[in-house]
Amino acid sequence: MLLIPCPYCGERPEIEFTHGGQAHLVRPAQPADLDDQAWAEFLYMRTNTKGIHAERWRHAHGCGQFFNALRDTTTDHFLAVYKIGTPRPAT
Amino acid sequence: MSKQSFSGLSLIWRGLNRHRGWQNQWRKAAPKPRYDAVIVGGGGHGLGTAYYLAQEHGLTNIAVLEKGWIGGGNTGRNTTIIRSNYLFNESAALYDHSLRMWENLSQALNYNVMFSARGVMMLAHTVHDVQVSKRHIHANRCNGVDNEWLDPQQAKEFCPLLNIGDNIRYPVLGAALQRRGGTARHDAVAWGYARAADALGVDIIENCEVTGIRRDARGVEALETTRGLIYARKVGVSAAGHSSAVLGLAGVKLPLESFPLQALVSEPIKPIFPCVVMSNTIHAYVSQSDKGELVIGAGTDAYTSYTQRGALHINMHTLDAICELFPNFRRLRMLRNWGGIVDVTPDRSPIIAKTPVPGLYVNCGWGTGGFKATPGSAHLFAWTIARDEPHPINAPFTIERFRDGYLIDEAAAAAVAH
Repeated sequence: MLLIPCPYCGERPEIEFTHGGQAHLVRPAQPADLDDQAWAEFLYMRTNTKGIHAERWRHAHGCGQFFNALRDTTTDHFLAVYKIGTPRPAT
Repeated sequence: MSKQSFSGLSLIWRGLNRHRGWQNQWRKAAPKPRYDAVIVGGGGHGLGTAYYLAQEHGLTNIAVLEKGWIGGGNTGRNTTIIRSNYLFNESAALYDHSLRMWENLSQALNYNVMFSARGVMMLAHTVHDVQVSKRHIHANRCNGVDNEWLDPQQAKEFCPLLNIGDNIRYPVLGAALQRRGGTARHDAVAWGYARAADALGVDIIENCEVTGIRRDARGVEALETTRGLIYARKVGVSAAGHSSAVLGLAGVKLPLESFPLQALVSEPIKPIFPCVVMSNTIHAYVSQSDKGELVIGAGTDAYTSYTQRGALHINMHTLDAICELFPNFRRLRMLRNWGGIVDVTPDRSPIIAKTPVPGLYVNCGWGTGGFKATPGSAHLFAWTIARDEPHPINAPFTIERFRDGYLIDEAAAAAVAH
């Protein structure tokens, strides 16, 4: 089980969290203007990164907050956590 | 090259001769500079694809590249369950094509894959489960796929250890039984396809990781690998959890996320468990291998990862369910557990298709249920590569279905675990 460093509460066991998938996916401002390909890219295409991955987590059974994390998907080590709306930190 | 043929007589003969003279099952091939087609990924799907390319389509100047060892990925890590009771017409056609091939696979390959149609029983625990199970049974029957409804007493007759009492949190209200479903020996599937492909001249190259895909105006030109540059105009990628990484080398994005999926086995015991039992609602998968171990499948972990390991609480959740359904198993010790990396699509249906790059083909997205599809998937992928067009059965399983809105949404068909 992972120990996940919530930026609000500190390290907590994984079972308190839900995984929110790839971070920094921005919903297009005018979806009606997109063609099908661009809409499919937003809905379905994912980087599925092998390496350092920016992803969302929610501390569902704790403070309830969403936050972003950088995690190495080849080791599951967390490299950084940062708040929603802030840019991805350099690694 | 002539291969030893396996038979009861040959086994007796070799036994009388102190088992001397058995050959290696396939050559340790070194990569040639150029092939007509290359398959990336030496699991059951990839090796099978090479076999059918050679056997049905006459392409013999081909190679299978495997970054580790043959069958060391998900082919050797799954719980070997085989069934075809999927809801939608497209899925039923695909998985039943595969199931029909399983039935004759040992004979076709002259290699005992130990396919055992011992029956797959999927339990229903709620009124919703019962309704959905019956809907599946009717849909399956319309598609020529056998599936039948059992009441709790009949379920217990089929699997005597099952607890059908009302003293558990989710009592058994009935079950859907596919009698043609069952299990096979997963390693034997990889070895049997490797041996049969090798006998037709296919080069099986282990410890050879693809590090780059070169393209030119015509499409795929060559593969950069850890064992040198290999030219090929047709490349089929069958890399399971690493499909996004391999296709990313050619600039192709896929609607995939890769998750750890775990399994575990108990200490070996005498034969007591005659079938496969699955419960999607409380999440249990269990069968007994011919070695005597109970083979148990857990769920996927919550997060994407490539680590081939997962969290203990995922296994515990499954064991909790199994101990309620089969109280006799409570005192069994678990022997080992492991994880594999599975590539999951948004609709939980696979992709067996051409890519936007000419000459580059992909067979991926099998998620948590690819083993059952091994022969059919390999057969259809070989067809797609050889003819540069899909077989009618895999024609719906494109990448473009996500753009065009033709999802095959087995994820929403909730009575099917994947």
